[in-house]
Amino acid sequence: MIRFDSVTKTYDQKSRPALDGVSLDIDRGEFVFLVGASGSGKSTFIRLVLKEDRASRGAVYVAGQNVANIPSWRVPRLRRGIGVVFQDFRLLPNKTVFSNVAFAMQVIGRSRAVIRETVPDVLATVGLEGKNNRMPHELSGGEQQRVAIARAIVNRPGILLADEPTGNLDPTTSMGIMKVLDRINQNGTTVVMATHDDDIVNTMRKRVVELHHGSVVRDDAQGIYIGETGVVVE
Amino acid sequence: MRLAFILSEIGSGIRRNLSMVTSVILVTFISLTFVGAAGLFQLQIGQMKGYWYDRVQVTVYLCVDNSSETSCAAGPVTEDQRAAIEGKLESEQFAPYVDTVSYESQEEALGHFRDQFANSPIVDSVTADQLPESFRVSLVDAEKYEVIDEAFSSEPGVEAVSDQRDFLEAIFRYMNWASVVALVIAGIMTFCAILLIATTIRLSAFSRRRETGIMRLVGASKAVIQLPFVLEGVIAAVIGAVLASATLYGASRFVIDGWLVNTFPQTAFISSQQVLILVPALILLGAILAGLSSLLTLRRYVKV
Repeated sequence: MIRFDSVTKTYDQKSRPALDGVSLDIDRGEFVFLVGASGSGKSTFIRLVLKEDRASRGAVYVAGQNVANIPSWRVPRLRRGIGVVFQDFRLLPNKTVFSNVAFAMQVIGRSRAVIRETVPDVLATVGLEGKNNRMPHELSGGEQQRVAIARAIVNRPGILLADEPTGNLDPTTSMGIMKVLDRINQNGTTVVMATHDDDIVNTMRKRVVELHHGSVVRDDAQGIYIGETGVVVE
Repeated sequence: MRLAFILSEIGSGIRRNLSMVTSVILVTFISLTFVGAAGLFQLQIGQMKGYWYDRVQVTVYLCVDNSSETSCAAGPVTEDQRAAIEGKLESEQFAPYVDTVSYESQEEALGHFRDQFANSPIVDSVTADQLPESFRVSLVDAEKYEVIDEAFSSEPGVEAVSDQRDFLEAIFRYMNWASVVALVIAGIMTFCAILLIATTIRLSAFSRRRETGIMRLVGASKAVIQLPFVLEGVIAAVIGAVLASATLYGASRFVIDGWLVNTFPQTAFISSQQVLILVPALILLGAILAGLSSLLTLRRYVKV
């Protein structure tokens, strides 16, 4: 589903590359933790998948297609196949929960009828039944992140990228979010989650890819979060 | 659905940015008013040139009844005098100077007068016998007007020889200056309008960066992301253009129809109907101006 072929990304000639010769294969339906300290290249990985940046060397394949070969007018189509969730939720503060999720469908031209039918289903999937008309500021952090997840999956993307989705949440709430992500993964969506939350990684027992200074230093099928390899738990 | 969505985005953009949108409307209004004023001057010049420039090279006016000129003391021109004048104009002596000669009777003179002063109330009070018959002489070299003047001024039956070129040219020169000044002001104001539209779009893009960021992530197309911004600028500019058109029309009704035509009944003025010709041009110009400057701005400030 996602393949990195000796990918190097250099933002600035003088400093060391953000990603350095990374080769990685993520299959359809996998759940992968991307771990590593701040600056280890997790966010760069996500940006390359979304074609927000282009690789300096090597090739990035998403759904079998080399993203370097996607013309700019086709990039929106690539992004429709990928949902993204961030640490800071990024909800629209002046829209209700329903409207926030509906927004993702409106902007790609879905009909009102389809939106009215789909959004409540998706909100139920993330455990937000009955909160359609709440405003984001009336919700807890965990609930806001659920809204963000609902928005990311409402267009049924094949891939869900989560960049530190539990970074702003307490451990109990985080586990709730992980259950939601796991459920989405069970439904066939490939999930890639960047995190440095060791509890979560150790509880979930999923594949763990560890980045350090832009290189893959570990790739365990049912990994745990290991602190000894130089990874600092922040 | 997408159209409704884009419209609602434009609405919210304009609401959030109301003071900037208002200033865009006002600046395009002023700049297009000056563009339009320059256009009106050119139309007026064209109007006057159209009738005058080609034909009134030199006119030999013949005496009419009740002429106040001393040269016509003997009464109106006679058949013989007219034939003599025509013969002289077409003689070998003047062949190097005279290109063509045409005769205009009093009836024809009235016809032309009516065409030329169609917008003026004086038309109704003029009759054919008040207007002199004339020979319209176009010259091989228009500068040699003096030759005809000297040769025919004292000819019996000739009321006067006139060359209205100098007079017309002075007027056209002033009007051209006025239209150049209007164009310069229009140019400066248009430049302001472009900068202001660019700034407005930047502010608008900044205040909506959350929305556009999310739109990008969920795969909205470039058109859906950028169109609201472009249309916001275009709508403001078109409102400005409509205001400018209304102002020009109002001004032409008030100044030309209401004042100039009555004060200078001898001059042919453009009608306020002709101002309406400018309206589509002004609106199109406003829309293109806003569309281009916002597209260029978006390229820099809204990532797609």
